[in-house]
Amino acid sequence: MTPSTLPVQKDPFSSRKPRVAVLKLASCDGCQLAFLGLGERLLELAAAVEFVHFAEMGPLGPLTDLDITFIEGSLSTREDLETVRSVRKESRYLVTIGACATSGGIQALRNLTSGESLSGIYPSPGFIDFLDRSTPVASEIPVDLELWGCPVTGEQILGALRSLLFGTTPPVEHDKVCLECKRRAIACVTVTMGVPCLGPVTLTGCGALCPSFNRGCYGCFGPSENPETSSLARKFAGLGLPPDEIARRFLFINSNAGPFREEGERWRGDHSHER
Amino acid sequence: MNDDRLLRIPVMARVEGKGALEVTVSHGRIGALRLRIFEPPRLFEKILEGRDFREVPDIVARICGICPAAYQLTAVSAIEAGFGIHPGEEISRFRKILACGEWISSHSLHVHLLAAPDFLGYGDVMEWARHDPESVRRGFELHAVGNDLIALLGGRPVHPVGACVGGFFRFPPAEEREAVASRVSAALPLAKELVRWAASLPYPESDRTFVSVSLRARDSYPMNEGWIVSSRGLSLDPADYEAHVEEFQVPHSTAFHSLLDGEPYLVGPLARLNLNADRLPPEILSLIADSGIRFPSANMNHSLLARALEIHFALRESLSLLEGPSPVGPSYIPADSREGTGIAATEAPRGILWHRYDLSGDGLVRKARIIPPTSQNQTMMEADLRESLETGGLDRPDDVLRREAERIVRNYDPCISCATHFLDLTVRRNDR
Repeated sequence: MTPSTLPVQKDPFSSRKPRVAVLKLASCDGCQLAFLGLGERLLELAAAVEFVHFAEMGPLGPLTDLDITFIEGSLSTREDLETVRSVRKESRYLVTIGACATSGGIQALRNLTSGESLSGIYPSPGFIDFLDRSTPVASEIPVDLELWGCPVTGEQILGALRSLLFGTTPPVEHDKVCLECKRRAIACVTVTMGVPCLGPVTLTGCGALCPSFNRGCYGCFGPSENPETSSLARKFAGLGLPPDEIARRFLFINSNAGPFREEGERWRGDHSHER
Repeated sequence: MNDDRLLRIPVMARVEGKGALEVTVSHGRIGALRLRIFEPPRLFEKILEGRDFREVPDIVARICGICPAAYQLTAVSAIEAGFGIHPGEEISRFRKILACGEWISSHSLHVHLLAAPDFLGYGDVMEWARHDPESVRRGFELHAVGNDLIALLGGRPVHPVGACVGGFFRFPPAEEREAVASRVSAALPLAKELVRWAASLPYPESDRTFVSVSLRARDSYPMNEGWIVSSRGLSLDPADYEAHVEEFQVPHSTAFHSLLDGEPYLVGPLARLNLNADRLPPEILSLIADSGIRFPSANMNHSLLARALEIHFALRESLSLLEGPSPVGPSYIPADSREGTGIAATEAPRGILWHRYDLSGDGLVRKARIIPPTSQNQTMMEADLRESLETGGLDRPDDVLRREAERIVRNYDPCISCATHFLDLTVRRNDR
């Protein structure tokens, strides 16, 4: 389900405190820090909602009868698939937080290699329940809202919570990092320094952090709406990047996100693009 | 056996990552003890193969959201060692500020949100906050100051974007540097209170013999550089470390276990403090003297106090580094790739973090090997659990034993996300 079709209800939560769960699959734990790093606001939040299950903070209640479930991390074991199917049934709203849960994350780079990778690494791979591919949560179950970012910010989390608690459709970011640079009056790194930058095809949300550090965007917040990836790839070629390097630009933090994956695969191992 | 008893902690709360614990008690002794780590591996060492050296800092950051800067700092040092480049004093100074920020942030998170409720008898930080909001607020404030320091150098506390091979993409603007310095300065009294509070906690008695391992630096408390020492008298160049560390896989865990010269060992704040107290400034030494607790300490529970002391140290250190003159010259030196192997070790918040990269002449990673702190501590953690639970008496109720076991594990500040993703790609034990 896309956010624009999210069912908005007049009285989404009855008199009881909304029951909230935060789950972790394959991830670095960095998006959960968007909660734990809220400081004083975390205490206010905990007064407004009931954290039923949030292992890193402490509560380990059963994953049943949930109003909002946040999921960090990608699907990478059979157990993950069962967990998300069952939590979907128990959750009114289900929100993915971060690149891993939303696109498969950096570990989805393994999807591009053949399946023998694990046996080549572990001495005894039989110990491990492990799927060949790292995939987004939405590949298995319907997701109500996807928060992009590597990592997500506290503002994204609070914004989503606030909207859902008030029964309104959360605003969804559509702008590109490029536009954020214009707003913040950051000189374009591609124009002024010849640095390749994914800003023209990446969702904003970071505040154009990398260009403000004199470097190109590397795509933490995933593909923007209608991303012109092929024009940008040709621009990279014009800046002198060889095809493999162009491919690696797209196949990075969100390599499993459609437009990035397709563009990256077009250039990967392909030297016929010099046109 | 009809008196066999299985204690299960199916999900460990208040740790980073996914772990569980299973202990079998049989005839008054512990039989099987398995710290199960079922965090799925993310195969970072494999992901790194074929990537350009410039991409490495942003890849390895994703290994751990709690200590991304430590991964970046270790990676850039290792690659620089491989290329034979030396960024110099000014860049080292700002790298140290970044590391200080991460120590403060990570330690504050662990002390307040993860560990302290154990010592105070609360279920979690929320329950603690209802009884003692001031202490919790102090923790939040210190955590935020640590995050400010990281953001000063890297734009954001999780997966910062400022560090690169050769230095930084930019030095922080003077006005931002001054603003953060004043917040650090204001936090110093809080850290002093934190140390006093940490010294007053009711630590369970424990007197164990264990091997401490840390970096050692010529004239400072170790952070981003130095050689490796142990309480057994070992003294090594980081390049020789892997010859002494044996990593092995166990059936119940996706993280490797490690031995140093055949023995379990401890890395992290207590190991650092045990081996480097003589490198601390007099102000911190007098705080230690006031605490009534002596270092080196053989009580693992004193790790929390060690973290509090390191928060104070890192605030003080970063303040003096921030107050230095504005940096002149370029924020990085250009890196020309050359074929070779680069190795570096740093002190991440949780202890020694060791990286090795085999690089090709065109700057691509051929092979990577990473030894993170938590997999090094795993063998020791299991030994500690076994000994501590038996010493305390196994006839205690399951609930009591479970709580104690959780406290023991948390005290190591295990970062399970870090621990699981590292596999030795150079050793293929397929012959077994």
